[in-house]
Amino acid sequence: MYEFDYKRPGTIDEAAGLLNDDTVLLAGGQTLIPTLKQRLAQPEALVDLSAIESLRGVCPDGDQLAIGAMTTHAEVANKATIPVLASLASGIGDAQVRNRGTIGGSIANNDPAADYPAAVVGLNAVVSTDRRTIAADDFFTDLFETALEEGEIITNVTFPKPEAAAYIKFDNPASRYAIVGVMVAKTSSGIRVAVTGAGPCVFRQTEMETALSGSFTTQALENISVSADGLNSDIHASAEYRANLIKVLAKRAVAQING
Amino acid sequence: MTTETGIGASVRRKEDKRFIIGKGRYLDDITKPGQTYGYFIRSPYAHAKINSIDTSEALKAPGIVDILTGPDMEADGIGPIICGWGITSKDGTPHKAPAHPALAVSHVKYVGHQVALVVAETLQQARDAAELVEIDYEELPHVIEVGDALASDAPQIHDDIPGNLSFDWEIGDRAAAEQAIASAHHVTRMDLRNNRLIPNAMEPRAALGEYDAGTDEITLYTTSQNPHVHRLVLSAFNAVAPEHKLRVIAPDVGGGFGSKIFIYSEETVCAWATKKLDRPIKWTADRSESFLSDAHGRDHETHAEMAFDADGKILGFKVSTKANVGCYLSTFASAVPTYLYGTLLNGQYTMPAIYCEVQAGFTNTAPVDAYRGAGRPEATYVVERMIEIGAREMGIDPGEIRKRNFIPPDAYPYETPVIMAYDSGNYALAMDKAQAAIDYSGFEARKAESAQRGKLRGIGYSAFIEACGIAPSAAVGSLGAGVGLWESAQVRFNPTGSVTVFTGSHSHGQGHETTFAQIVSDQLGVPIDQVEISHGDTGKVPFGMGTYGSRSLAVGGSAIMKAIDKVVEKSKKIAAHTLEASVEDIEHSGGVFSVAGTDKKMTMAEIAFSAYVPHNYPADVEPGMDETAFYDPLNFTFPAGTHIAEVEIDPETGTTEILDWVAVDDFGNVINPMIVEGQVHGGLAQGIGQALLENCVYDKESGQLLTGSYMDYCMPRADDLPTFRVETINTPCTTNPLGVKGCGEAGAISAPAALMNAITNALGKEIDMPATPEKVWRAAQGL
Amino acid sequence: MPTVSMTVNGKQVSADVSSNTLLVTFIRENLKLTGTHVGCDTSQCGACVVHVNGNSAKSCTMLAVQAEGAEITTIEGLAKGNDLHPMQKSFQENHGLQCGFCTTGMIMSAVDLVNKSDKLDDASIREGLEGNICRCTGYQNIVKSIQAAAKEMEA
Repeated sequence: MYEFDYKRPGTIDEAAGLLNDDTVLLAGGQTLIPTLKQRLAQPEALVDLSAIESLRGVCPDGDQLAIGAMTTHAEVANKATIPVLASLASGIGDAQVRNRGTIGGSIANNDPAADYPAAVVGLNAVVSTDRRTIAADDFFTDLFETALEEGEIITNVTFPKPEAAAYIKFDNPASRYAIVGVMVAKTSSGIRVAVTGAGPCVFRQTEMETALSGSFTTQALENISVSADGLNSDIHASAEYRANLIKVLAKRAVAQING
Repeated sequence: MTTETGIGASVRRKEDKRFIIGKGRYLDDITKPGQTYGYFIRSPYAHAKINSIDTSEALKAPGIVDILTGPDMEADGIGPIICGWGITSKDGTPHKAPAHPALAVSHVKYVGHQVALVVAETLQQARDAAELVEIDYEELPHVIEVGDALASDAPQIHDDIPGNLSFDWEIGDRAAAEQAIASAHHVTRMDLRNNRLIPNAMEPRAALGEYDAGTDEITLYTTSQNPHVHRLVLSAFNAVAPEHKLRVIAPDVGGGFGSKIFIYSEETVCAWATKKLDRPIKWTADRSESFLSDAHGRDHETHAEMAFDADGKILGFKVSTKANVGCYLSTFASAVPTYLYGTLLNGQYTMPAIYCEVQAGFTNTAPVDAYRGAGRPEATYVVERMIEIGAREMGIDPGEIRKRNFIPPDAYPYETPVIMAYDSGNYALAMDKAQAAIDYSGFEARKAESAQRGKLRGIGYSAFIEACGIAPSAAVGSLGAGVGLWESAQVRFNPTGSVTVFTGSHSHGQGHETTFAQIVSDQLGVPIDQVEISHGDTGKVPFGMGTYGSRSLAVGGSAIMKAIDKVVEKSKKIAAHTLEASVEDIEHSGGVFSVAGTDKKMTMAEIAFSAYVPHNYPADVEPGMDETAFYDPLNFTFPAGTHIAEVEIDPETGTTEILDWVAVDDFGNVINPMIVEGQVHGGLAQGIGQALLENCVYDKESGQLLTGSYMDYCMPRADDLPTFRVETINTPCTTNPLGVKGCGEAGAISAPAALMNAITNALGKEIDMPATPEKVWRAAQGL
Repeated sequence: MPTVSMTVNGKQVSADVSSNTLLVTFIRENLKLTGTHVGCDTSQCGACVVHVNGNSAKSCTMLAVQAEGAEITTIEGLAKGNDLHPMQKSFQENHGLQCGFCTTGMIMSAVDLVNKSDKLDDASIREGLEGNICRCTGYQNIVKSIQAAAKEMEA
């Protein structure tokens, strides 16, 4: 690691005041620290958000659930009152990563193979920052890119409770990130199908959403042919294989919901 | 004698205490006063010429001590890294090995190639300074795959080695094998790929050199499976220091699996540099460096033809293999695809004619050398895939075809057409037990049940054999080894009756501190907690050859037995003198020496005490009780067995689940069944890893290692593996005093064939290792 | 250089370290507690697992400064004096280790796994070990060790 300064502000305002082009936010550090260790980044300072109490916690609020940006995956797995969210969080990384990694850190990083983006988009969550709220569909923009502006700090993510939902993930056998992960949800805003791992960034499979809106059955997905165009291809999985997994996992998610 | 701590007992390991409380002492745990840190600058290119190295800015960096390069080593007369086994090609010429300077001098030949050592007061400073070293590389064309390297239009990797060919070796009778194939009822022909692996012992390699200007002695702490071999080579070939001024210590070593046998650049450089700079220097690989620069394993491309008669009896076997040896010949690299491979192609069967030829090719990749099993997994894979495919093609049950071909139990010693003489075995017994354990006859019903759930079920055999207990010095000497492969042991009684055993074997997980103590306790009646096993320090233990090839018990344990014999012989003399009897009348059993036909006796402890307090010894009885023995085995040992794997495949995703695994192994006599079972589990995990998960991939275009971390190189984890059902049968080895055969490699040797036979049985179609979900899915979908 | 203070194995410790010092480096080099190991650089092998405020964490993926004020337990702090933790005893009793290098992290992960789980079977233990890689044992005896220790820890 290169040298850097380390700051641990106590409030969001204080944190915002410390941010500039050469600083980075440190949440759980489960991606940032390995990156720094490999000398792939050289920030002047890290601004650690862990002392800001208001960024932590899982707060049920009527038919929604607000999760503080600094809430760890383990806390979400244990406390989230939306079962699919708890189960998704319990499958991120490993126990030690879940004890440190946070939802805010994960979605801000927007790793194409991360799990949380599928939850945020699939459940139609809203991302709140110190400046504004951002709809799930607008948040994830491209490979490791989000709608966040320079120096903008995620404060929480609010998930509307779905009527029913399931997330099925096919692990990369080595890294245990998602080769493909599919979230299927019946939400107040309709059926949503969000896919992570397969493309440069999480995306909605609208053809499936339409089909499932007509008939929420696995048969409804049977005739959909998922195109491999634009999907990721690497030594672990070709685009064609990922396309297959999207359909297989979506069907399994539907089957799980239908019991 | 089987007691709670004797031979045959599952004694809990004596070495465990320090590991479970965090007091193990691995190399990186050692820090010396005034220690500096070394960081290796490595080639970012697969093949390049070094035009210049400019260290001027880096030498001004904070904390810098020095930066050393290949030309510095050459100037100091440090010799190149060697290969210790000479192979002769078909045409009678010796193998070709390029000069391998420990630090690159003019060219880099693979990504990760060691170019310079940066030494600084802290690791951070060394890494910072390394970034200031300017190296002007001129990229050259590279080649990654052995098939490409041996093609006529391949880039030339070493100027003095035309066609990138190290050797073109053969064994067996070509004409006989071809004749059998030409006239056979059925011939099975296959191309098989043995995938390249990266060993990944959990403790990364490391070295710490410490020079004492007062004594002119260099102490090298290094992660070695064979510290004396390190000392010998570093002294005799690299000229780092005379042998008596070089002490090599391998402290607790966190796994080896072959990868820590070899004499690598890094420890050579650290041993040399500590004296040059007169400062202790520690280098510890980070995992990325391990991936790049540990010797890799396997990497064969093979075409095989197996000829059968109408009953499925094997008539002949012909195997042509191209072996990727990487960019240089590592310490034992030449032996692995030859004498550890071709000689095992007979398997457990009667094969009238065998011919094997192996071309070893250089590529712009890390050196390839022995990895758990070393040559024998590759051989087993070829034999056991071929007979299984032959059975399928001929419509014979795969268990039945093997039984028809097994060497019968009354045929030993059995000479194979590929120079091995099997001493003992009972192959049908192992298979019968394995079939019963897995309920082979119930498989079809289970398969039908899986099919109802849309799943594909498969079952696969591997009836493996290996040659272990490496090895008789005369045999390996005649085959090209530069060393003898005996082992040493010293059994030293202390006056109060406790014992320290010094062994030339090295334990890096195998449990020698327990197994060897059991032997001593059993034979000499010393309580096991009073037996200490000392290993790994050339300053303490007699010259020994180390641990690899499942040799420690068969060879090192036999050396201990031989030293025990000397202790007994001497003790008899002392007892005879003390008890006023003749030596011939002294009987020994489990540490009690008695005069035949009387109740007069002495215990081993009494004799040991007396040996150090020899107040009235006659002139012909030497004081002290400290006996050293060297044991050279009479033959290899031949562990063998049958493994059966049962799998279920999800055709929609290509996921393979291992439902059941039965291993019935014949390891001869077993000293500690608990440890043996643990060794089998570990070997199986590595073999399953090869077949299902692990694959070393270099990008052919860029020459970069794509599987350079655990993010991309898939290590078996707990939830990838089933609960194994392990049994042993015990046909004693006839050629060593313990009757043991060795168990460390069996799982890794046997598992890949069993698992691939099961997977391809389920799929009804061939795929290569590793059987990744995508490959399996494609096969299942007919893509 | 910032000063960092924390409690390690019940003892208050304090040192000046640069911000880029990893927790594992602090533990191994400043405190000389070398039972916590480093086996990879991508946060996967788990040889470095310690407990941070009662939760298992990879000390190679934490800065020492992030542990300011924290309660850290390393393998050296698991036993009560000479009285080994049931997990430590169980690893020896069930041959849950071979070379020993992954063992310390494995034990620390296993203790946290058992502490946090009501009911553990073979499958859930195997899943719970996702963050720890062992190259020697094939995991079977590790799973057995944890099952046995879990019973002991409940009692």
